[in-house]
Amino acid sequence: MKKPAFKQIDGNSTNYWMLLALLGSFVLAAIGSHFYMEHGGHYVTGMSNQIVWGLPHVFAVFLIVAASGALNVASISSVFGKTAYKPLAPLSTLVALALLAGGLMVLVLDLGRPDKLIVAMTMYNFKSIFAWNMILYNGFFAIVGIYMWTMLQRNMNKYSKVAGFSAFIWRLMLTTGTGSIFGFLVARQAYDAAIMAPMFVVMSFSFGLAIFLLIVIASYKWTNRPLGDATFKRLKNLLGVFVAGVLYFVIVQHLTNLYATEHHGVEAFILRDGGIYTQLFWYGQIILGSLIPLAIIYHPATGNSRSAISVASLFIVLGGLAQMYVIIIGGQAYPLEMFPGKEVSSSFFDGMVNSYNPTLAEALLGLGGIAVSLFMVAFAVKVLRFLPESLSDEAVDPHHSK
Amino acid sequence: MMSFRQFAKHLVILVGLTALPVMSNAGDLGPVPPKAKAKASEKTECVEPVPVMRKDHMEFLKHKRDLTLREGVRTKEHSLAECIACHVTPNDKGEYARFGEDEHFCSSCHNYAAVNVDCFDCHSDLPENGAKKLRSSNKTNPHKNILTEGGK
Amino acid sequence: MSISENKVDKNHANTYRRKFLTQSVAVAGLTIAPGIVLNQVAHAKADADKVTNATRWGILVDTNKCNKGCTDCVTACKTENAWGAVDGSPSSETLSSKEQQAQWIRKVTITDKQTGHVQSLPLFCQHCETAPCVDVCPTGASMKREDGIVLVDKHICIGCRYCMMACPYKARSFIHEKLELQKTTAPRGIGTVESCTMCAHRVDKDQDPACVEACSKAKHGALLFGDMKDANSAISEELKKHGGEQIRADLGLNTGVRYQGL
Repeated sequence: MKKPAFKQIDGNSTNYWMLLALLGSFVLAAIGSHFYMEHGGHYVTGMSNQIVWGLPHVFAVFLIVAASGALNVASISSVFGKTAYKPLAPLSTLVALALLAGGLMVLVLDLGRPDKLIVAMTMYNFKSIFAWNMILYNGFFAIVGIYMWTMLQRNMNKYSKVAGFSAFIWRLMLTTGTGSIFGFLVARQAYDAAIMAPMFVVMSFSFGLAIFLLIVIASYKWTNRPLGDATFKRLKNLLGVFVAGVLYFVIVQHLTNLYATEHHGVEAFILRDGGIYTQLFWYGQIILGSLIPLAIIYHPATGNSRSAISVASLFIVLGGLAQMYVIIIGGQAYPLEMFPGKEVSSSFFDGMVNSYNPTLAEALLGLGGIAVSLFMVAFAVKVLRFLPESLSDEAVDPHHSK
Repeated sequence: MMSFRQFAKHLVILVGLTALPVMSNAGDLGPVPPKAKAKASEKTECVEPVPVMRKDHMEFLKHKRDLTLREGVRTKEHSLAECIACHVTPNDKGEYARFGEDEHFCSSCHNYAAVNVDCFDCHSDLPENGAKKLRSSNKTNPHKNILTEGGK
Repeated sequence: MSISENKVDKNHANTYRRKFLTQSVAVAGLTIAPGIVLNQVAHAKADADKVTNATRWGILVDTNKCNKGCTDCVTACKTENAWGAVDGSPSSETLSSKEQQAQWIRKVTITDKQTGHVQSLPLFCQHCETAPCVDVCPTGASMKREDGIVLVDKHICIGCRYCMMACPYKARSFIHEKLELQKTTAPRGIGTVESCTMCAHRVDKDQDPACVEACSKAKHGALLFGDMKDANSAISEELKKHGGEQIRADLGLNTGVRYQGL
């Protein structure tokens, strides 16, 4: 197989600069939102003592989860030896790092005291899964950075297998850790489940690949570089498997909860009585985010269309955000079960569904995280050789099966 | 290679620019902290010698805060509340200044040195009954809404 | 030796023995007595002493004595620690919404869905032995003192609010705005998390927490504070006699706050 040639994109068209400008303006808006929240305090947001984590966390966790999933393509090539994915491996590491950077930016900028970040990075309570996550995130930057280096520098290529394997193990630990942030919480009915960790791992596969596929399709279309059907089909079929996998975990989680009377309250809330959360679950997460994309991916009429698959990927991303909203905010909206079998009321909003009205500042902060990630990718492919010149079938895998 | 004349010209400009901030501070005698309560100023020294306090007071406070909060040690030695009780004194009219105003003991130096501290985001900047003796202009800390990351 | 001399010697010996015994008892008594006295004030903590795990502070709530309309404990806590609105004085958190304002303690009304039985009780930080908030804090700011009181070290709190997600009792509050005129004994500030401190600043000076004192002063008698490791303390005796339940006991947190009548 001919070694794939990587080349920077030209990056001097008006459209390219407009793309950077658009993304840049969202980044600036996010920074502005941060200062707005910091200047007076979090009272300007919709978050409260009842809904403690809000829209910024939805975006942040989504991006962090997607980041580890975006590494999949590289892992498949290095760890599982599928050479057809090798040309896309460097881009995969780039997208992974960019998504994590964007997610962490949102998370850090929402802290009550971000000026104490150095405390968070030097003082660790090792019983806290959150502390472990900080170590895992920083380690991800280091390990994936090294992995990227082994692929980009010719004389380091021989180390890419070891680096790729390390990165693969590390990202599994990272996503397990992210899912465990919720899974370890005994307090709330919607969390406290071992399934959260593996579910988040499969969610990362799905969201990460959806974003990666969108980036690949867009990059190759906008630079007029060939993207062959073989590569395209592999990626989209893989995406279908991952979406089905997420659906499986969601079904298992809810069926298990429905079996236990103890959890009937929260299940009724999410699945039927929760208003916005119920709508986001069924219309956003299940229909838009899982069923329609599966149909698009596997239906012969749409399965081979680049634009249809792009739409499906976008739906998966939106469905993923909806899923995060239901998990993170829906899980907080449902009241704590402190007195089973009793009606509870107090001045501190006990015993009632808590309301959350996200503000523009929070939305801009979250969107800014996505913008930062995309900006980093768009800029990096201009200055460094991440994108293969051609992903046509002949260039990638002359012996591919149709 | 530049000539000696060119070099001399550059040197004069460089020295001149560097001297500007120094010259503009001519006559500046440094910060003027208000006098502490009588018992410390006249009868006894501060808890440590003044040069030691100036250099290390944050270290003392940092270690005492852990002793107090985590271990319940509530002695007066190096206690922030005791510093304030002694050093934050009312003016001739019996009014207190707030942290951030030059008349407040802590900010008299911290404003001068432009060193931001966030102690008073949480801690009271006044002694026990000082809140009752504020001017109307500083009942709400006038520096409350300055765009600083944590300080007032 | 003559018999009469023996008798005299014996008398001397008896006298000597008597003197010896009484003196020994006196000395022993004098030695032990201060120990007994000291033991009763042994819990008096000197300012310089560190707290130890020889003590475990706890509060016992008797819900049978807790009146639905009464908020004396809440008012006392607000006054002591300068949070919330008290008797016409507005809350120092003027910009935060009601959902955003801090509440260290609140009265909760519970109605049994089956029987209709109504109860009232104060709910605040339960000072768990294995506190979830302490477990999850990434920096270790959420901490437990040796004597069982759970606190937030706001010096290293980064305001991530994970402890608030983790608390099974929703005991913690986040400060959403800049605060003014805090009490010297109760520092609290923007961007950090806080909760009931069991008035550690009072406990360390051998006083009761403000809520307990207020409830006692008003003669309701619903709150009892004391050392749960001291078998002779009022709270230990009451717990032994009439028991005390934990809220969400199934979580196995071994809370320092117990309730009767639930």
